Amino acid sequence: MATPSGPQGERENYLNKHYGVGSWLLTTDHKRISLLYLLSITFFFFIGGFFALLIRLELLTPAGDLVQADTYNKLFTMHGQVMVFFFLIPSIPAVLGNFLVPMMIGAKDLAFPRINLLSWYLYVIGGVMMLHCMLTGGVDTGWTFYVPFSTAFSNTKVIEAGLAIFVAGFSSILTGLNFIVTIHRMRAPGMTWSRLPLFIWAHYATSIIQVLGTPVIAITLVLVVAERALHLGIFDPKLGGDPLLFQHLFWFYSHPAVYIMILPSMGVVTEIIACFSRKRIFGYGFVAFSSIAIAVFGFLVWAHHMFVAGISVYAALVFSILSYAVAVPSAVKVFNWTATLYKGSIRYDAPMLYAFGFLGLFTIGGLTGLFLACLGIDMHVHDTYFVIAHFHYIMVGGALMGYLGGMHFWWPKISGKLYPEGWARLAALIVFIGFNLTFFPQFILGYLGMPRRYYQYPPEFQVLNVLSTAGATVLGIGYLLPMIYFLWSMRYGKPAPDNPWNAAGLEWKTQSPPTTFNFEEEPVVTWEAYNYEELDAPQKQEVPVAR
Amino acid sequence: MFDNFPLWPDRASTAAGNVDALFIFLLIVSGLMTALIFTAVVYFSARYRRRRGVPAEQIEGSTPLELTWSFIPLVVFMVIFAWGAVVYFKSRTPPRDSTEVYVVAKQWMWKLEHAEGQREINELHVPVGRDVKLIMTSQDVIHSFFVPAFRMKQDVLPGRYTVAWFRATKPGTYHLFCTQYCGTQHSGMIGSIIVMEPAQYEAWMSGGTTGPLSATGEKIFAELGCVTCHRTDSQGRGPNLQGVFGRPVQLEDGRTVTADENYIRECILDPGAKRVKGFQPIMPTFQGLISEEQLNALVAYVKSLSQPVGAGTKTATAAPQDQDKDTIQAAGSQVNP
Repeated sequence: MATPSGPQGERENYLNKHYGVGSWLLTTDHKRISLLYLLSITFFFFIGGFFALLIRLELLTPAGDLVQADTYNKLFTMHGQVMVFFFLIPSIPAVLGNFLVPMMIGAKDLAFPRINLLSWYLYVIGGVMMLHCMLTGGVDTGWTFYVPFSTAFSNTKVIEAGLAIFVAGFSSILTGLNFIVTIHRMRAPGMTWSRLPLFIWAHYATSIIQVLGTPVIAITLVLVVAERALHLGIFDPKLGGDPLLFQHLFWFYSHPAVYIMILPSMGVVTEIIACFSRKRIFGYGFVAFSSIAIAVFGFLVWAHHMFVAGISVYAALVFSILSYAVAVPSAVKVFNWTATLYKGSIRYDAPMLYAFGFLGLFTIGGLTGLFLACLGIDMHVHDTYFVIAHFHYIMVGGALMGYLGGMHFWWPKISGKLYPEGWARLAALIVFIGFNLTFFPQFILGYLGMPRRYYQYPPEFQVLNVLSTAGATVLGIGYLLPMIYFLWSMRYGKPAPDNPWNAAGLEWKTQSPPTTFNFEEEPVVTWEAYNYEELDAPQKQEVPVAR
Repeated sequence: MFDNFPLWPDRASTAAGNVDALFIFLLIVSGLMTALIFTAVVYFSARYRRRRGVPAEQIEGSTPLELTWSFIPLVVFMVIFAWGAVVYFKSRTPPRDSTEVYVVAKQWMWKLEHAEGQREINELHVPVGRDVKLIMTSQDVIHSFFVPAFRMKQDVLPGRYTVAWFRATKPGTYHLFCTQYCGTQHSGMIGSIIVMEPAQYEAWMSGGTTGPLSATGEKIFAELGCVTCHRTDSQGRGPNLQGVFGRPVQLEDGRTVTADENYIRECILDPGAKRVKGFQPIMPTFQGLISEEQLNALVAYVKSLSQPVGAGTKTATAAPQDQDKDTIQAAGSQVNP
């Protein structure tokens, strides 16, 4: 297989094996599907980012002057829907997970390659429906679709948006299902559960949430559509329904959805930290278990979004205490990553800078979560910019930092090319600074009382809003840079060696880019994950494959 | 200089201090945790940066350490939880004898009606030092009543009452925000809470009075013919409503509920749902026939039937309104359909 086929040693790989549109659109190769996802989610990321830019520009002044109020409401709605459902949820699982899950466990592909392709098509169909919804007028309910506004009062394209997300949800379910079966059934000989990279554990936990949680949002959206179109009295009190029922159902999925975004990112960061400090992860078992604990506890905390919504005081107490329970495994992870650095041999390559960024931002995001889980404080900061800042620290500071870190770490494997390191480090720095400048002022705004989803605001909030908008501009540049140099490297980058970081993990033991079936022969695993000691030992043999 | 750039919100209610104290405690705890983690990360990264010939030292992990850094945060979290629960509980439990204000939210305005009869739009005048209970409902979508200076927020739902309360401590004018997204003019659904010294407040109350809300309710009660069944003796076809409010009620299906504002409301709009034991399902529904304001007045009237004679509302002494029945009649005819 891996024989030189070109003059420059351009070996046959999954990218050059076949050419033509058909070879991509009908592929069942998990690596090609991963790239299809990469293209499509990047497209939606920039759409969502464009909405964010307009939101920040509108908020530069207290008066509503850039766009109409209705337009503004559509902007933040579609920013949320696009970023959550069409970027963050698929981001790491569908791109990096798709590429790496089979490779990391020594498999040729996912368990169901054609279902994998189907999941991408469902995503695209959902995406096209969403685009159609936006282009024909958009939707203004907030990404949360709260009833009875969405079912009886909004006169925008609620049904279209709901159905688009409904369809895209199945893409997420199928990806999760595929990962679960793959991780159970397709591991190479010797790849026991305790030898799995923690990236795999994180994706396993994520998949559980995707499979168990997503059907709930799907049916909830169907109920919204049914009530809006057929006036069934499910949620609208005028028709005998209960609006709080909707909130329970919505958050039953949408809180765990946050873990769909952050768990894979934690998995990425774990791999990066191990590699760039040349160490096994401190407390492997605890880190693996904490992913599962987060997935399980994550299902039991949804009503902490509803402390002031009109639920009983006693329900609020239960959900508050459970929310603190889910904070423990997250804290454990942070402590373990920190302890991994101890006595390491640390380098600051671009992926590691993103991992550091993740650590900092996730810590702040996680700790501000303690404020929101606290009943006495949530009464004041609920539905203010404090919440906006908090979840952006988790979902952008955490999830997106991890995604970018992972893209840098595995880019040589994915593309077979090296990106310019200097630019990559600069971009990491710009993102970190821009991010904090954008979102830190929003914590203060929130405690001062500025409500979210406000098109215009009292003048005393302006200074902090200007800071935030300035930060968003910096952040935007930070996000554009990687896209530019990744594209540049595809054509002009130096060819990547098979294992540029000298990293552990089966994905690095095959060529860059890999062949269609990943490995020349089925690997047999005889070592623990993160066997950096062996990799770094003075080399007795040429390749430290196995003991 | 901080007029245009405040860093801390006004503190104008009894709850504000409690919330702030808790918030500062959390700032300290999370500040310490952040400092601990950041220091460790920065120190390790610098101390153990890669040097030639110095390999990493492999460490398996440490169960005692894992248990320690699981257990200590858990204890800290439980302290935060407990403190937060106490503050929340206080803020959720209106004291007895609060002055009552009925709030009706709609896209995109706040309609407020004092138990004494004063009506306001997007403004609420309250005295310093008195407990004010808000009994709130929405005519359309979900809204949320938020006064940052009071650290108080409660969603306002259609089809039922939600309750909030506060006791203002500092005269001034404070923001009232809607914090639950409610459509086009969500950010325009703002108003002011005007906190006044008691004397000023009494003066304000005596101007333009229209008679207590319960009197308005009594008139509606008569106009709608409720009196024919809900008689003040035991011969009526409907339950006698004297002294019912706040008491447990035996239902036909065997359950017992407390007759609170939401129960009275439900009985008017959906009489069959929780029918009182021993009565026939003959009462018609008033869903769609009366406005939220009329409903509030009826609820206020039913509540007034449970107050000991002479107690009345606390501010009854403030205004000469009791004497003038004509004013009350006038108020009744002003009720919006």
